Amino acid sequence: MPQSDASQPLLRARGVRKIFPGTIALDGVDFSLQAGEVHALLGENGAGKSTLIKCLTGAYRRDDGDILLEGASIDPKGTLDAQAYGIGTVYQEVNLLPNLSVAENLSLGHQPTRFGMISGRRMNADAREVLAQYGLDIDVTRNLDSYSVAVQQVIAIARAVTLSGKVLILDEPTASLDSHEVKMLFDVVRSLKQRGLGIVFISHFLDQIFEISDRLTVLRNGQLVGTEVTAEIDRVKLINMMLGRELEQEVRSHGKHHAAAGEPRLSFTGFGRKGSIEPFDLSIHAGEVVGVAGLLGSGRTETAEVLFGVAQHDSGEARQDGTVLSLTNSRQAISAGFGFCPEDRKTDGVIADLTVRENIALALQAGIGWMRRIPDREQKAMANDYIRKLDIRTPDAEKPVGLLSGGNQQKVMLARWLVTNPSFLILDEPTRGIDVGAHAEIIRLIEELCAQGMSLLVISSELDELVAYSHRVIVVRDRQHVAELAGYEITTDNMVRAIAAPEREAVH
Amino acid sequence: MISKKALVGAGLLASMLMMSSSALAQTVGFSQIGSESGWRAAETTLTLQQAKERGIDLKFADAQQKQENQIKALRSFIAQGVDAILIAPVVATGWDSVLEEAKEAEIPVILLDRMVDSSDDLYLTAVGSDLVHEGSVAGQWLVDELGGKDCNVVELQGTTGSSPAIDRKNGFEQAIEGHANIKLIRSQTGDFTRTKGKEVMESFLKAEDGGKNICALYAHNDDMAVGAIQAIKEAGLKPGEDILVVSIDAVPDIFQAMAAGEANATVELTPNMAGPAFDALAAYMKDGTMPPKFIQTESKLYTQADDPQAVYEQKKDLGY
Amino acid sequence: MTGLKLFSRRILPQLVTLAVVVGLISIMFPGFFEISIANGRLYGSPIDILNRGAPVALLAIGMTLVIATGGIDLSVGAVMAICGAMAAWGITEGYGLGLTLLMALAAGLACGLWNGLLVAVLGIQPIVATLILMVAGRGIAQLITEGAILTFNHEGLIFFGSGSLFTIPTPIIIAIVTGALVTLIVRRSALGMLIEAIGINLRASTLAGVNTRVLLIAVYMASGLCAALAGVIAAADIRGADANNAGLWLELDAILAVVIGGTSLLGGRFSLIASLIGALIIQAVNTGILLSGFPPEFNLIIKAGIILIILVLQSPTIRTMVIFLSPAPVSQADTEKQAVNQ
Repeated sequence: MPQSDASQPLLRARGVRKIFPGTIALDGVDFSLQAGEVHALLGENGAGKSTLIKCLTGAYRRDDGDILLEGASIDPKGTLDAQAYGIGTVYQEVNLLPNLSVAENLSLGHQPTRFGMISGRRMNADAREVLAQYGLDIDVTRNLDSYSVAVQQVIAIARAVTLSGKVLILDEPTASLDSHEVKMLFDVVRSLKQRGLGIVFISHFLDQIFEISDRLTVLRNGQLVGTEVTAEIDRVKLINMMLGRELEQEVRSHGKHHAAAGEPRLSFTGFGRKGSIEPFDLSIHAGEVVGVAGLLGSGRTETAEVLFGVAQHDSGEARQDGTVLSLTNSRQAISAGFGFCPEDRKTDGVIADLTVRENIALALQAGIGWMRRIPDREQKAMANDYIRKLDIRTPDAEKPVGLLSGGNQQKVMLARWLVTNPSFLILDEPTRGIDVGAHAEIIRLIEELCAQGMSLLVISSELDELVAYSHRVIVVRDRQHVAELAGYEITTDNMVRAIAAPEREAVH
Repeated sequence: MISKKALVGAGLLASMLMMSSSALAQTVGFSQIGSESGWRAAETTLTLQQAKERGIDLKFADAQQKQENQIKALRSFIAQGVDAILIAPVVATGWDSVLEEAKEAEIPVILLDRMVDSSDDLYLTAVGSDLVHEGSVAGQWLVDELGGKDCNVVELQGTTGSSPAIDRKNGFEQAIEGHANIKLIRSQTGDFTRTKGKEVMESFLKAEDGGKNICALYAHNDDMAVGAIQAIKEAGLKPGEDILVVSIDAVPDIFQAMAAGEANATVELTPNMAGPAFDALAAYMKDGTMPPKFIQTESKLYTQADDPQAVYEQKKDLGY
Repeated sequence: MTGLKLFSRRILPQLVTLAVVVGLISIMFPGFFEISIANGRLYGSPIDILNRGAPVALLAIGMTLVIATGGIDLSVGAVMAICGAMAAWGITEGYGLGLTLLMALAAGLACGLWNGLLVAVLGIQPIVATLILMVAGRGIAQLITEGAILTFNHEGLIFFGSGSLFTIPTPIIIAIVTGALVTLIVRRSALGMLIEAIGINLRASTLAGVNTRVLLIAVYMASGLCAALAGVIAAADIRGADANNAGLWLELDAILAVVIGGTSLLGGRFSLIASLIGALIIQAVNTGILLSGFPPEFNLIIKAGIILIILVLQSPTIRTMVIFLSPAPVSQADTEKQAVNQ
């Protein structure tokens, strides 16, 4: 195994510079990747990770610097060209064709032919053989979208490795995977490492980086902060490198003591919807954060959707300050003072082509009605106010929100609801896929809002996070609310135990 | 014995009576395409009217533009044992087998206004208009009307590539050939519609010095002429005087224009195809007279001298 | 950047295209710009373009809103026929001008409501939902006219087709007023932004509390109303309702006008002004062909050729090429996009 071989690196970038109008995206960055190494690339959003990757794969023309593959200078003209050199990339959003079969996806562009015709049988056989190397035994004739994101991810990796075979770049591959799936993916990564591939791994999950990477490189504001051997660095130091400031260590290991008393602001009894979430009871006080813990697909998102009227409940009733509340659609929920930041920002949250200002004003405007347009000046003031308060990184309020980074999009979503001055805010995975800095800010914001008397329901797969801000935590498993933890009971261990079914082995 | 003979005689007489009654063609089936145009509607009205006048029981079937409906109608006519069948075929091909069935049942079939691609011994005769002839009647009218004066003509063609457009253009050109005083200066399609007729005429007027350069308009159908007349009026010219207007079809609206002096002549594409068809049928039934395989209807010319108001009154309720 | 500057940059390609088409026609036909007054009415080829383009321009107004929501309305041509037939029927039955116009416009709204219900409530794909009325609509119109061209001579109704106000032909005035009114309504209210939000991301808009169902129905009704206006104009123009031919294939011209106007068929950002200029470009091409005197066999080929050139010139690839070649960056957005995406 040629790991940490002192000789020539597999891939090397020297003094790479990329300038966009107004910003220096990469300022003379060096980076090297050894064969048989998993090399993590870290940094806040906007640090230059994606730009570096795009320069390496030729998606961007770099303005200066060299790229050397096995010591020879290369100049890929685009991702296809990079593939020909042996550099393959797999993105967070699997960019394969969901309505083609797995085998077709694997062989697209180089289908085996027989007498000039595509040979379906050979294609399928090849596909099965390739996937077997990754421990996947699936029906390759089924459409890609009939499999989970994790399986699709592995298929994308398999395709990239088949096509290129020297360097594999994984851009946030674990963002939408649960822990089982992450484990499966890591097994694949390890076996590829054994085969001598150089792997660049981009992720926001520090745990995963400590688990899988051999070395790590941190970028900040387009500059190289440093490259370290993972085993020789600790969490605090890493976060320091990334943020350039000391993150206040979160010392608390259990949830807040339940302070709220008296009548709950909202109470749901026997609330549920057939086929998506079993009837549950839930009450929330003013100034209270209720966390929801559970695995992907456990019914945690379904809980949020049924509360917000996205999916109409078919049993139970809701009461607000004691009076019965009709919640058959989202607009009723909104007029009752609810807000909802959905898990999938891209498809359910932001309106990508609308500006930051319009996105922030949208829910308020929809509530007022189309006839009474919020004047431009007010919209601008509102947007600028929240751009400042939430530190949304955008040149101005007129930038289409789709052009912002994930963390900033999430802040825009929060701003959209905050301008409606809600009494109850539902956040589904508010910190998923965003950088460490934004992460900390959002957690701070949740605590602030709660202190102002807002009621919050926060769904998260980061249990530490739930411990940090929740007064109570509801644990969801198999479309049922199985446990409710309060105050000192809220610990990661307790949650893990509740999430894991008693008759099964613990997940973690 | 005698009584027996008398009975035989009576039977003979009865069968002779029956023959004579069938010679009058009591029951006729009529398969119409549909009612896609005013002319088609008038044809239906006139066919029903003609049958009534002759005491014929007409069984009418509307095919709604579908050949399979027409074939179904024909089979049902055959099953009912009608004396004859009239059909206006929606398309030219695909009729062989059903026409053979009619022939085996010894039911004569007469085609109205459109032809089929089948062998001509499968039908008795076809009644229709000669499109080229219509064009030349219109052309001849213009030649006679001008009497040698110089004249620039603009032409509103039917839908590009359709057989009425091609034939009516050819007929007109044949008629004006050799008359150097008549020049066809612009020709453009108006798609047989009023809207396009008006729009195209507007552009003709602009392109030819506000219309001063145009002396006559030839339109392949009356609808385009009606549209063009409005364009001429809106340009501040007098249709019928400043620009002569001749067209084809003889629909009621053109007679109103003629009565107002805004159109000069039209050539009739008669919707009365059934009249000649019933005549030929009666002759055939009576003594077996075989009609010619194509009976050409008259392409009658109407001018302002033919009391257009009266013709309008007469035509307006035919369903045009 | 100021709103006005953004706006002029938005419609610049369409204006340039229109200028080029008009320029070509005037080279071929030097008398093109001559405008006089005949019968108390402006008279000349540019007026013809505006006047003949009015029905498609009206359709394009409604179509722009529908397309902005990510839908499409194939039925507008047939709705024109229905409403024209309704107007002709009403006036010949002696209902009087006011009631007749009301009935025609109500018919258009009803058609729009039908389309809207199919799309917004039953969730049928817009192209399929509106295809139903596109096919059935002419049949309904024929039922009203009883298969013939229903001719009328009511001067009041005819005014909407060939009348004029202050020497300007009525159809032009109707199209301009409708365009201005709709622009005012969608841009002064929040309607425009909400429609764009729906077109860009229907689900996210619903989750943000936008009443997507009602808005979708409303845009199809607006489209039906615009088609009704166009239908009345078309019938009044020829003093008769032609169920078979009124508005035939105009839905395609209207869609084309929107596309030339730069609104994406996928929905989202729209510009009514650009669509209206698109309608004028199409009509300028039509009128130019008629003025040119080419044999009619060439009409469609010439039109298709010109449209192809226009669309190719507006395609993203060619635009980027132009940006590369020109020293001043025309599209700052693209480079900014890269900067933010780093």
